[in-house]
This record gives sequence, C-alpha cells and structure tokens, in this order.
Amino acid sequence: METLLLEMKHITKTFPGVRALHDVNLQVRPGEIHAIVGENGAGKSTLMNILSGVYPASTFDGEILVHGKPCQFHTIKESEEQGIVIIHQELALVPYLTIAENMFLGNEQGRTFSIDWDKTYSRADELLALVGLEESSKTAIKDIGVGKQQLVEIAKALAKNVKVLILDEPTASLNDTEAKKLLDLLLQFKERGMTSILISHKLNEVSYIADRITVIRDGEVITTMDKTLETFDENKIIKAMVGRNISDRFPKRNAKIGPVSLEVEHWTAYHPIYEGVKVCEDINLKLHRGEVVGISGLMGAGRTEFAMSLFGKSYGRNISGKLKINGEEVQLNTIKSAIQNKLAYVTEDRKGNGLILSKSIMQNTTLAKLEAISQHQVIDPDLELKVAKEVNEKLRTKCSSVLEEVNNLSGGNQQKVLLSKWIFAEPDILLLDEPTRGIDVGAKYEIYCIINQLAEEGKSILFISSEMPEVLGICDRIYVLSEGRIVGEMPGSEASQEKIMKCIVQNQKGDQLP
Amino acid sequence: MRHSLGIKDTVKKNSMLIVLLATMLLFQVLISSSGRGSLFAPANISNLISQNAYVVILASGMLLCILTGGNIDLSVGSVVALVGALAGTLVVNLHWNIYLSIVICLLTGLAIGAWQGFWIAYVRIPPFITTLAGMLLWRGVALLILNGLTISPFPAEYTRYFNSFLPNTEDGATIFSVTIIVGVVICLIYGFRTLFDRYTKKKKGYATEPLAITVTKVILLSIAVLVVFSLLGRHKGVPVVLILLAIIVLGYSYFTARTVPGRHLYAMGGNEKAAKLSGIDTNKVLFFAYTNMGFLSAVAALVGVARFNSAAPTAGTNYEMDAIGSCFIGGASAYGGTGTIGGAIIGAIFMGVLNNGMSILGIDANWQKAVKGIVVLAAVVFDVLSKKRVKSS
Repeated sequence: METLLLEMKHITKTFPGVRALHDVNLQVRPGEIHAIVGENGAGKSTLMNILSGVYPASTFDGEILVHGKPCQFHTIKESEEQGIVIIHQELALVPYLTIAENMFLGNEQGRTFSIDWDKTYSRADELLALVGLEESSKTAIKDIGVGKQQLVEIAKALAKNVKVLILDEPTASLNDTEAKKLLDLLLQFKERGMTSILISHKLNEVSYIADRITVIRDGEVITTMDKTLETFDENKIIKAMVGRNISDRFPKRNAKIGPVSLEVEHWTAYHPIYEGVKVCEDINLKLHRGEVVGISGLMGAGRTEFAMSLFGKSYGRNISGKLKINGEEVQLNTIKSAIQNKLAYVTEDRKGNGLILSKSIMQNTTLAKLEAISQHQVIDPDLELKVAKEVNEKLRTKCSSVLEEVNNLSGGNQQKVLLSKWIFAEPDILLLDEPTRGIDVGAKYEIYCIINQLAEEGKSILFISSEMPEVLGICDRIYVLSEGRIVGEMPGSEASQEKIMKCIVQNQKGDQLP
Repeated sequence: MRHSLGIKDTVKKNSMLIVLLATMLLFQVLISSSGRGSLFAPANISNLISQNAYVVILASGMLLCILTGGNIDLSVGSVVALVGALAGTLVVNLHWNIYLSIVICLLTGLAIGAWQGFWIAYVRIPPFITTLAGMLLWRGVALLILNGLTISPFPAEYTRYFNSFLPNTEDGATIFSVTIIVGVVICLIYGFRTLFDRYTKKKKGYATEPLAITVTKVILLSIAVLVVFSLLGRHKGVPVVLILLAIIVLGYSYFTARTVPGRHLYAMGGNEKAAKLSGIDTNKVLFFAYTNMGFLSAVAALVGVARFNSAAPTAGTNYEMDAIGSCFIGGASAYGGTGTIGGAIIGAIFMGVLNNGMSILGIDANWQKAVKGIVVLAAVVFDVLSKKRVKSS
C-alpha cells in the first residue's frame, strides 16, 4: 500500500442546527493535485477549515493523519507547523503593508524585538522569483492587482515551508490569463513535488490540472475520480455534484403572467475599483407582471452586481444600457429614484447592507418609505406603529412586539423584517438577492409563500439564488448568468440542474484551456 | 412579574438620571453639613443655568454629529471664540445694529459649519481631522480679529437678550408671583397635552400605557418644574437664557425623535450601507449635522459673550470636550445610531453640577479636574453595567 501524505477519516462537523459534514473521508497522495468540487454550501470550505485548524480539533469528530500519524490541530499555527497552509478565497493581506511585510506576517525574520529587514526583503525577492511575480517586494499590496496578490499569498505559503497547499477558489476573482498563469504555476510546483488541494467549481480548470477529483454534496463525499483510471467526464461530475431530487419543498402558485414590466437591454457595468473589469456585460432580460424569474449562477457570476447596478446604480461604474419600466425608458441614477419608480432591492447581506440591527422592527420596516408615515417631514408615531404591525403580521414575523430590536431575532425572522421593509415601500418590481440564505427550511418555505403571494398580487420578481433547487422550484423562467453574461434562458418547466450547470460550464471563458 | 420588569426597565432607561439625582443629593449633604450653604440655594440654581447654558446648546448639536456614526466636532470651542470675537468687533468696536450683528454672527457660524461639513460629507475627510484643522484655523482667525486683546464691555441692549431675567423688575413679590405663575402654566400645558395625546391615541384605537403611570409621570415632572421655578422666583426670576435653552432642547428633541431627517440621522449611524440602500442621501445627512453644529456654536458664542460681558481670545477653550462628554455621559453610542437629546442634556447638567458642587465645597481647582475625570468614568461605567445586567437577565 502506498503511503498517504494526508488522510482525513470520518470527519463529522455540525453547526447549531445544521450538519455541515457527515463521515467524510479524504486521502491525499504525495505530489498530487487533488481537487474538491461541489455546489455552494456543499461543505468544501468547512472541510478545508477543519484541515487547516480554523475549526479547532475539539469542535468536530474524526481524525486527521499526516504521514500516517494522527494530528490534532487547535490553531492555524499548529497545522502550519505540519506544512499545511490554506489560502482563503478572501485574501488575507494587509493593504498598506509591503509585499515582503505581508509575506512574513506572523513569521517575521530575525528576532522578536529586532526584525531583520535585509533578510526579509531578500528572501521575499527570492520567493517572488519562484512564483514568477515581477514586482519589488517593497511594493504595497494595495498597489497590485488581485491576480498578483494571489501570487503573493502563494509565496507567503512557500515561506512557511509548505507541504500541502490548500487553495479555496483561487481563480474566482481572476481574469482568464491570470487564472491560466496560476494553474500553470501549480503544475510547476507539482513537478517539484508539492502537493496541492484545490477547491473549485470551475470544472474546466479542475479537469485541466487535477490528478484526482473528490465530489462533495450535502456534506458527504459522493465519489473520488482518478485521472489514471478514467478520463474526467464533466457530465458525470455535474451529475454527482447536483444529483438530488427536489421533493415537495416548494408551495404551488397560480401564475398569471401579465405584460412586460421591466426590460433591460445591453446592460453593462464596470467594477467600481478595478479599471476595465466588467462585472456584467451586455445583459438583456425581461420581467412580466406576476412572474417570478430566476437568475442562477455560481458565486461571483455577477448576479448581485447586476441587480445593484439596476437599483439606482448602487454598484459599479460606467453603467450603460437601457432600462424600461412598463415600456417607458427610465434613468435611475439614485436609489431614491429607483424606489420612486417602484423598484426594490432586497440585499443578500441582510446584516451588513439591509437592516439596522440596533433599531426596532418598526423603524426598520418604515425606513425605505418614511414619506408614507409622515406629513411635512414630521413622523406620525402612532401611524408608524400601526403600519409596522400590519406588514409584519402579514409576513408572520415572530416577535413579541414590533418595538423589539432586530438584533434579537432569528435569521429567518430578520429576513422577513427585511422583506417587510421593501413590501412597505410598495414596489412593483422586486429584486430579491439570496432571500433564503442562511435560514432554515421552515423559514425558507414561508419566504417562498411570500414570494408567491407577491407574484399573485401582480408584482414582478427577480429571484437571485445560488441554490439551484429553489430556483427550479419557484421560478417561471430562469436566466443563467456566468461571468457577468447571460449564457442561457429557459422556462422553469424545462430547466434542470444539469442543464443549468451545462450552460455555465460550456460558456466559461476559460474554455480555451485544453 | 410584569410590574417588576417595568421597574427594571425604568431603571435601565433612566440610569443616568438616577446617577444625576444621587450626585445632587450627595453634594447637598456635603455642602450643607460643611456649612457652606446649599446646592439648591435660589441664586445657585440660577447660576447653574447661566453657567452651563453653553454646554446644553453645544451638546444638542454635538449629539447630531455623534448620531451619524460616532463622529465628533473638535472645532466648536474655536468657533465659539471666533464668533464671539466677531460679535465684539461688530457690536462694541463698530457700534453696528445689534440685530444685524447677531444675524451676521449666526450666518458666520453656519458658513463655518458648511465649510467643514463639505469636506467631511462630500470629500469624506475624517471628521476628526477636518475639525482638528478647524480647531486650529478658527482659533487663529479669532486671535487675528482680536489681535490678542479682549473686547469689553458689551452694551446693555445686547446683553439683555441673553443675560437678564424676566420679569424685568426689582420688586421681589412681583418676581416670585410671576415666576410661579409661569411655572404653573407650563405644568398645566404639559399635563393637558399629555392627557390629550393619550385621549386621541385611545380614540384612534392605539395601545396606551396605564393611566396611573401617565399621571405619575406628569405629577413628578410638574413637581420638579415648580420647585425649580419657585427657587428662581426667590432670586431674580426666569433667566432669559433658560427660554432660549428650552426652545433649543425642545426643538432638537422633536427634530431627532419625530421628523424624517431626524430618523435619517439614526439610520445612518446604525448602518450607513443599509441607510444608503434605503434611498437615504447619507452625504446630505452628514453635511447637515456639521453645518448645524457650526450654527449652534455661533449661538453658544452669542450667549457666552453676553454672560462674560467680553469677547476674549481664550473663550471657548475645551468647550468641545464638555459637549462631547455630555453626549457620551448621556448614553450616546460612540459608534453612532443611539442617543437622545434628553440624555445629552442630563449629561450636561451632570457635568455642571459636578463643577458647581465642587466649587462651592471649595475643593482645589487641580483636585477638581482629577475628581471630575474619575467621576465621569464611574458614571458611564455604572450606566453601561446597569444596561448590560438588565439585558442578560
């Protein structure tokens, strides 16, 4: 039997109320590139966080063996001592420090009270040469692009004497050339004997560089494929990734689809910071009254960016394209004008962008339309209380009173408060961005019911979600978004997870990879 | 069960008021036992009001800035000096019309506020930096105007608008009866308004608090008002500045609690991104808060020169700290989004009582400072801990 570099045995991890991983086994051979693929929320990142000590040994069940010896990691430092280094999707670099300072952060050269800067910069330059980054190690991180930052992260890992490099979606924010360069670098390192674990849902990349692929779904390992035994078949991988049946988790709705209410033509928006990066490109779509239209796509496909750029240009730069509401072209340059034109955007980040946690349900509910409860800028407190009660009773928000702080509510109920805020603003078109993220199944069902009710009232709903089953379950029509472009459109009745995944995979720009 | 919760809630909501009352009692005991008179001597109460008028005015403005996200304005002391210097030059040196001078001073305050507000809100220069620069700049301009000298005295037709008493007579009996009548009228208006509000609420079918609680509140507040007015009546009557303070405090309380722009302040401080996505122009909100602060600084300057009867180069020193301190003592959050005008006023009175009480006790000025530091910390610690405890239970 060959020796394994790393083995994870019977890993089970539960979060309050959710089982994230169940009896997962993973074996990594020395010198291989092992890819882990799965849908959003399948448990990939959780597994890697366990391996790298982000979740300490006592918080999960199961064993980790390095070179056949059991190891317990309580901190990230302990796993790094064993040569296991993780590079997170969100890069952990300090923008105002130099490349070299970042590379040796927490691993400073010299002694505690006298850092050896000469050694720091010369070693940094060596490592930068190794990863092929042509920048001075004295450049500040904020002055280099994401692609180069990714390389700095890798050089940082090399500085720690890495044996197993874990990369979590490393190409998510890179363009094609940068991504290709990064993948080739990994192949180079492989030849020198380094082992990598790559988390990705870009199948073309995975089949390009991986030796073995493990598919995770709903916290369980579905299969592990080996390049030496079979050629990777993307259809097979997709099937393994999504292969669950949708049961009766979605309430029925009588769709009465009316005339077109929202029409978007040639919509293009650029990234607000990175010059020349398009977050969405030439998007054309239509929404009818009483229709629920889904936007499906992977994380980072530009869904949120697109919706926010529609909503009074609240995201992006140099936004171009036509926006028609009920057949009339409108210019929505501010959020206020978007709200006045009966548009609502329910954010995916309810705590960060949606709610004022320290304020009452009532104050959150009325915030987007204070005109409705005030006269000459003076608020009528009695009326405010009354309408807040009405809206929240309609949505069945569970609370002792609408004066309760939003902070004290569960995720599902917070989501309802967020919805009640926008329902109170009386929109005709609702852009719902991940309205069921992070809430339990029961609350999800209630949110679906609310969506159905809104559609039956004749409102148009754009439903953005990473969870394909729910898009399939409640949408009349589905657009597939990938890398900022619409790559497919299908009626809900004809759609399937395989079809959507296929649209995404076939249209990824990275297709020029062999 | 319900009742005990109510008491706990009351304590939680009013913990700072309780601290204030306790401090007043403590000083009263110390002062009367050492035979130095009384904290509640008529002249002292009157004094307390005119001494601390500037803190109340500035704290009202500072609270708006703090609400937007814990932002403070360090320049108010210097703006007070500058506007005071301007008032001195116009009224005393140039003998300009008093009303015109007052209007010019207020407009200058507004302009200074707008200047700082522009950098803070639209260029997003951190408020700390912008107002630190303002603190140096405006103090410098004040010194330039005054050429390092103090302008005095102000004509009586100016000072009477800020530093006189009503009714304007020497007759003690008239003063007392008029003052008491004013106090009673205020109590009656307040009482009737409260009951009328309750009645209309009930008529519209909204929930109301028990009648006993409403009545108790009205009675307690009325007693407090009558006590203060009877004390004022035994001195010189109602200080004119008290009327100005009442207008400012009531006006800004109403503004923050009941109006749409007031709500926007709280929303921005609670979560700026969420406020923006709800269609609120947060830049405008921030600009307004700082412009308003400039305006109120000018008001405080006009009151200040009248009280000291002079415009001095050192006027307004440390006023910003008194205002900021009052807001935080009064329960405003250092991150913004929480705090009330009422709280800031209680904080201002607390600081005033502390100064006044220690002065009467004859405590050495150096000791006063040290004690003040410790007491302020202790008061806020008590406030924070009492809130925490109630939350966890």
